[in-house]
Amino acid sequence: MTGAPTAIYLDHQATTPVDPRVLDAMLPWFSETFGNAHSEQHAWGRQAAEAVDAAREQVARLIGAEAREIVFTSGATESNNLAIKGATRFALRHGRGRHIVTLASEHKCVLEACAAMEDEGAEVTVLPVGADGLADVQTIVEAIRDDTVLVSVMAVNNEIGVVQPLAEIGTLCRERGVLFHADAAQATGKIALDVDAMKIDLLSISGHKVYAPKGIGALYVRRRPRARLLAEISGGGQERGMRSGTLPVPLVVALGEAAEVAGEGLAREGENLAALRARMLARLQDSLDGVFVNGSMERRVPGNLNVGFTGVNAETLMADVPELAISTGSACTSASVEPSYVLKALGLSDADAGASVRIGFGRFTTENEVDAAAEMIVRAVQEQRAGGSARAAE
Amino acid sequence: MDIYLDHNATTPVLPQAAAAMADALARTGNPSSVHRFGRLVRRSVDEARESVAALAGVSAANVVFTSGGSEANNLALRGVADRAFVSAVEHASVLDAVPDADVIPVDGNGVVDRAALKEILAGLDGTAVVSVMLANNETGVIQPVAEIAEIVHAAGALFHCDAIQAAGKRPVDMRDLGADLMSLSAHKFGGPQGIGALVVRDGLDPEPLIRGGGQERRRRAGTENVPGIVGFGVAAQHEQDAANDYSAKLTGLRDDMERRLLAAAPDAVIHGAGVERLANTSCIGLPGVSGEIQVMTLDLAGVAVSAGSACSSGKVTPSHVLSAMGRDDEAARSAVRVSLGAETKAEQIDRFVEVWSDMARRRDTGAHSRRSVA
Repeated sequence: MTGAPTAIYLDHQATTPVDPRVLDAMLPWFSETFGNAHSEQHAWGRQAAEAVDAAREQVARLIGAEAREIVFTSGATESNNLAIKGATRFALRHGRGRHIVTLASEHKCVLEACAAMEDEGAEVTVLPVGADGLADVQTIVEAIRDDTVLVSVMAVNNEIGVVQPLAEIGTLCRERGVLFHADAAQATGKIALDVDAMKIDLLSISGHKVYAPKGIGALYVRRRPRARLLAEISGGGQERGMRSGTLPVPLVVALGEAAEVAGEGLAREGENLAALRARMLARLQDSLDGVFVNGSMERRVPGNLNVGFTGVNAETLMADVPELAISTGSACTSASVEPSYVLKALGLSDADAGASVRIGFGRFTTENEVDAAAEMIVRAVQEQRAGGSARAAE
Repeated sequence: MDIYLDHNATTPVLPQAAAAMADALARTGNPSSVHRFGRLVRRSVDEARESVAALAGVSAANVVFTSGGSEANNLALRGVADRAFVSAVEHASVLDAVPDADVIPVDGNGVVDRAALKEILAGLDGTAVVSVMLANNETGVIQPVAEIAEIVHAAGALFHCDAIQAAGKRPVDMRDLGADLMSLSAHKFGGPQGIGALVVRDGLDPEPLIRGGGQERRRRAGTENVPGIVGFGVAAQHEQDAANDYSAKLTGLRDDMERRLLAAAPDAVIHGAGVERLANTSCIGLPGVSGEIQVMTLDLAGVAVSAGSACSSGKVTPSHVLSAMGRDDEAARSAVRVSLGAETKAEQIDRFVEVWSDMARRRDTGAHSRRSVA
């Protein structure tokens, strides 16, 4: 990377690099074997359509679905919008309910999609989470009403990495005849997912969180029992009418390959990431006092660490380690100076929320990078606490 | 598989766009992140936005990146006004975005009937948007968009122009077109699939379709498709430089092709030939042979064309565009679309003309069923 030869990237929950295997798979589809996958009457189109079919199989396999249950989208934000608004609008139109249940710690696009449905006549219950970031299944049971359409709970939180009890929530929703949507943008390819075992009806997938490029995602839409949606983008009727528009063949191929690569290496990669995280946390705790971890450590995706340093300003900390890419809060809201609403939902004070950073480890992170990053953070925290930060006064 | 004459369905990515995308794909970073990885990526998005804005003759702030043309059309029409009016020859993504819209008729060449438009808009009350495409995807027919825009604005309505097929083939300066909203798609002119834009004039705020983070000035949420945007930018830059050569080169090639086809089958019809068309597009009717049979025959000979638009190519319904132009079902079913690209060679056209003429001859000797397969 120009201008940043020594920079260390530990922000893998914001976005991941494209895996070289994924890049190799997608590049020929730009110019060499291009085609519109919907032009199946000629050879170019058929070749593109076959590549799309293969990718659809790969994505389906990773989550235990059938290929025809996968709807390609431009990313997880679109998938979440389509799942929540599409299912709610279908229910509103057919008089099949008007209530949505979700969590206070959901991704912004889930909360905003729910809020948009309130404007169209739906009611939304936003449930709190525990101090560990986990949903209380009993609270969800109690929130479900006769007119509940959908429960939307993220599989893995984007800021604190906690894994929600998906199978329990899914079982409960199925018993009550309520759709269960899981935002799995941070979970796909990171933890084992099985839409049948977990009784998930709608599941959102992001490409760029799983070593595929930005601009591609998917929504799993269950066929039996069928989850019904109204499309947000209509037109040519692609993706079985649920999402119109020419499919971006190179990106679809990339997501398929990324799903396959992630599925093959899931267990091994998880162990590596857990070891890197343990190494980082040990380095920080050995050198610093007042280090606290946000969210459950036991039920957490291995690549995520969200850690606070008592008395420290995390924005200043980040500015003091310009060679290191970490974040406060999610990327979408990182320009905001407000403390993270996710950390606030865990019950953190403004000061503690404002003293916390997210450190995201990835497939290509090395032990040396972790050691160097830990050293930078330790030094910056120590300097700030000693009043030595050049920026502490700002 | 050697002659690709379906450029209105999709085009190969330009080498320079592919190279820029390969670089972008090698860079890690979320443009919303404040660290240097994020900032570097953000800069490439900003540069591409400038290029797309220049193509449209607007400022960068007017460009809203979307996942493609269909999303841009949906975004333009679903949340901008109480009522919508669309021409009868619009793309499916316009027609289906506003299924309750009033339809504006076209004449036999597929050109919007301006007298009818005035009547339809007379006494309009409340907010309204009128959507007319710059160039038709099936026939290539160009609409008198600036004149239409004047009528629309005089009636107090907003004007949306779907310029998806026109961009890269002729100028798409939004002010010259008189449009308030304009849709673009990268993969129709040498950019990648999966990226497009809605260009929105100052002061307009279409209701977002996709909500979440504050990307695209809160008009379209979701992490930006950075490599796609970069490829779009390069293609936009290139097309601005090359648009004149493109028309000059392809008009000659296309017109010569049409002359030879008509010589081989004098009863063949070039739909929309009476008016100005895109330089690369030809919609050819061969009476007595269904479009599907023609496409299959050509495919077997290694030539890719389409019957109607790519999105509806699985269907066997007659083209809504040709029906709106007053063609009967038989005529609307027996047309193919041939669309040339900047890289199309004269020898490829020769081969296509040969295969097509042979097909027409076999029709005359009864080798083809006179009835359409549909």
